[in-house]
Amino acid sequence: MNEEPTQYADVAELNSGKLLSGSVVGTRPVRPDGIDKVTGKARFGADIQLPGTLTGVVFRSPHAHARLLKINVSAALALPGVKAIITSDDLPLIAEELAMDKGQPPDFRDMSANILAREKVLYEGHAIAAIAAIDEMTAQQALSLIEVDYAVLPHVIDLQQAMEPDAPLLNEHNITKGIKPAPKKPSNIASRYEQVHGDVAAGFAEAEIIIVEEFTTQPVHQAYIEPHACLAQVAPSGKTDIWCSSQGQFMVQAYCARLLQMPLSDIRVIPMEIGGGFGGKTTVYLEPLAVLLSQKTGCPVRMEMTRAEVFKATGPTSGSYMSIKIGARNDGTIVAVEGVLCYQAGAFPGSPVRLGCMTAFAPYNIPNVKLIGYDVLVNRPKSAAYRAPGAPMASFAAESLIDMLAQKLKMDPIALRMLNAADNGTQTAYGVNFKNIGYRQTLEAARNHPHYSAPLGPHQGRGIASGFWFNIGGHSSAAIRINNDGSVLVSTGNPDIGGSRASMAMMAADILGLAYEQIQVEIVDTSSIAPSDLTGGSRVTFAVGMAVSQAASAVVEDLRRRAALLWQVDQDQVTWSAGFALLMNATTPKRFSLAELAQHSADTGGPITAEITINAQGAGPGFATHICDVELDPETGGVKVLRYTAIQDVGKAIHPAYVEGQMQGGAVQGIGWALNEAYLYDENGRLLNPGFLDYRIPVASDVPMIDTVLVEVPNPRHPFGVKGVGEVPIIPPLGAVANAVARAAGTRLFDLPMSPPAIHKALKRAARRRRQ
Amino acid sequence: MEYCAPGTLAEACAALGAASGTVKVMAGGTDLLPRFAAGTPRPALVIDIKKVPEAREIRQLSDGGFVIGSACSGNQISAQTALVASWPGLTEAMDLIGSVQIQGRASLGGNLCNASPAADSVPALIAARARCRIAGSNSERELPVEDVIVSPGRTCLRQDEFIVSFSLPARPQRSADAYLRMTPRTEMDIAIAGAAVNLTLDEHGVIQECHVVLGAVGPIPVYALAAARILLGTRLEDEVRQRFKRQVSVMCRPISDKRGSAEYRTDVTAVLAERAALVAYSRAMA
Repeated sequence: MNEEPTQYADVAELNSGKLLSGSVVGTRPVRPDGIDKVTGKARFGADIQLPGTLTGVVFRSPHAHARLLKINVSAALALPGVKAIITSDDLPLIAEELAMDKGQPPDFRDMSANILAREKVLYEGHAIAAIAAIDEMTAQQALSLIEVDYAVLPHVIDLQQAMEPDAPLLNEHNITKGIKPAPKKPSNIASRYEQVHGDVAAGFAEAEIIIVEEFTTQPVHQAYIEPHACLAQVAPSGKTDIWCSSQGQFMVQAYCARLLQMPLSDIRVIPMEIGGGFGGKTTVYLEPLAVLLSQKTGCPVRMEMTRAEVFKATGPTSGSYMSIKIGARNDGTIVAVEGVLCYQAGAFPGSPVRLGCMTAFAPYNIPNVKLIGYDVLVNRPKSAAYRAPGAPMASFAAESLIDMLAQKLKMDPIALRMLNAADNGTQTAYGVNFKNIGYRQTLEAARNHPHYSAPLGPHQGRGIASGFWFNIGGHSSAAIRINNDGSVLVSTGNPDIGGSRASMAMMAADILGLAYEQIQVEIVDTSSIAPSDLTGGSRVTFAVGMAVSQAASAVVEDLRRRAALLWQVDQDQVTWSAGFALLMNATTPKRFSLAELAQHSADTGGPITAEITINAQGAGPGFATHICDVELDPETGGVKVLRYTAIQDVGKAIHPAYVEGQMQGGAVQGIGWALNEAYLYDENGRLLNPGFLDYRIPVASDVPMIDTVLVEVPNPRHPFGVKGVGEVPIIPPLGAVANAVARAAGTRLFDLPMSPPAIHKALKRAARRRRQ
Repeated sequence: MEYCAPGTLAEACAALGAASGTVKVMAGGTDLLPRFAAGTPRPALVIDIKKVPEAREIRQLSDGGFVIGSACSGNQISAQTALVASWPGLTEAMDLIGSVQIQGRASLGGNLCNASPAADSVPALIAARARCRIAGSNSERELPVEDVIVSPGRTCLRQDEFIVSFSLPARPQRSADAYLRMTPRTEMDIAIAGAAVNLTLDEHGVIQECHVVLGAVGPIPVYALAAARILLGTRLEDEVRQRFKRQVSVMCRPISDKRGSAEYRTDVTAVLAERAALVAYSRAMA
């Protein structure tokens, strides 16, 4: 016996701040769900069929804003094959005081009115009724038989118009929150948020250079490939099963229970594979309707949105208008920032403007910052979370201003950022002190990357931008079971949206001292594990990974106890190494493999299992710096992204390839946001481009291979050093592309998207200005 | 909705003649089927012509000209090296449409009969002086491609007619064509503007014959005769190209819509026409 213990972990050590390592974490194995996904065998939201399943469809408003005078469903209901029709009358009323938990969103009254309109429709595509019928054709025919009398109202799509005093009001009772004294008149401004740090007046008094600019961005959709889909089956007892793809089965369970006033125990949600979410599947649209229709008919009801419905009635993230002033000294030290950020909430309150204010200048140590945020109602679908909600647009404004500062001061844009970079101990404008951050390291990596010094040709430009995201922890559950043959099952309650099955298996493998292939990972239903917060906030590898690590450690403890029992020695004498229990200081060293201990489990207390629930604390903030090269076609305004490098502090990359994938995906989504994505409305507030043909997310040939650099400044609060990685990568691209375009064009664009017509117009304007 | 897929030209014509309600002739279906999904009323009958041999074959005539079946897919066309060598502009225009999957289905006939002002292959077909063979329930006729589209979404075909094939004329030496379009994305997009140029040069590199067709800048493709005349007798000298661009701009009659403003379309079309002329010229010289 000459094996030295290479791996020893217990719960106490996990929380001691000492980082674990092993032979699996940091490698790049194939994801457990990969083969099913590439062979088309994985089952997504729409892939469940039960005998007697009915088709559910939604009747939606053709108007952007209208009062519902009368909904007549009798002709539709009389159509043979139509089994049930529901309207908002079928949804329980939610009292105002019960709408939110401790004043925190979501507002379930709004959610209820969003999934089936009450009294008014607030955007084109707003759901009014839902039908269950024997097949799709019958359901579609029934849609044409629903008669609604509308009193069409003036609508407002544009953010700045919605803030005008005479704008059409979406909610006649909306009094802006966050203003004292409260305004007397209603408006479309749902709330005002103010973030003050230091003394901006004193700060600007010190400034030797001041830049003020206005910026706008358009709402953009999460553009997940899989449309929303679900199947609900309500048994005569009331027990309800929901199969759906979402970012959290427990979220779907809780939201349905709340909206339908059902006990949680009556609802089981079975998670299907998720074909993309990016934050857009952190709420419900169809599930409560399918449950209601199944309750009414006694049959399973399956619902699936079309792509047009996805565009008209789900997501997007907010469009924005921002006016920001920045002041610096001639040496480049930023002394003050002041500004107003206005974000589109859509039809109901809840834009991420507050997060925009908090994140915009967070990479920088700026002593005086005052940002005011407004959450504004417009006749568009209610905004939903999208990857680092609120941050990319604010960062676009902030990083454009910093680039302008660099240009005016004739400073290198990385040097200017380095000069002002936040460090450990820096107090952010929103109050928190940074710990264990790696922002400066991303700047150094950017400066040293060959990309940064590569030569540029004519009409080419290089842009730099940085970004910050909080990352979160939260309630997380994990269970590990050792089967009698020694195989291992890890169960979690979090949909695998970015390769988390692999990451969970890798962390468990290293703590158990096993090979990656010995670990199976299941994402289980709401009845099979303790509740876990949804997959979002870049939290799963950090927080659920922490729960998995602790569960694995608990199993190791149990295995040591069982080995000690079999050897009749004290547990302290047993160590765990490379998947074996070892007794070293006996006359003849002894060992048990995991499989042997599993076989003897009946003699040592029965099946071997551990379930952990935690509220994970200590999430590490994420920082990234991106470098983007573009080339412009000066005659057409066409823009080509030539080269792109994403650099990010990831704490510790459990599975580097999937971390790189997150960075590449975020960069590409950000490039789409910067260059082409936009909602186009006609004069009646109807969406002109509810499809991927004219809502232009980038295609593969639009982007170069996105180069990635992983900077690893470990997070000591996680057993392996993990920080969240999924959201930061979408923050810098807007600014990086804009700064590259500005330098290539010799003129700056302040409005996104920078589509070819917009760039062409800006170039013509600049040429005219030069001639004058 | 009824569906039939006749196996011969005669059967297809008979099916068209016998139909009583609305009929749609379908080749690849890449425009037609998404429209059904989007809620456009369905016809009483869809006649799929993919099994009609004359609509699916590509052959070179003894004089060097080509006949291309109207239902030949983009993939089928791109695979014909002799055709691609003679008509690089037309074949690249067809190849720009959609994705790999769409290329397996989409056809020249469908692109023409869909009658979109932004169709990619139509300006190139017109610049190539292509003619179509049109079969009816009891007659046949031939028309130049530019006579087929009468307004956006409408053709001059009668209810009982369909396009069987296109014929491309024989190529004199030193001839070449080119098609360029502007799209915000590199692929999977619809032209904001397009320009096709078809040239024949003499042995001194002087343009002897020239056809210029502009796409997406009018209700139907614009056959820019006055612009083409500017290029005749020239070698595309700088000053000629400037006059050419100005004339192209004058001939654009675009609308402003979700894909681009009239001003942008006009500016870009002139740029594309100039670049297409240069590409065609260098191909013809090669």
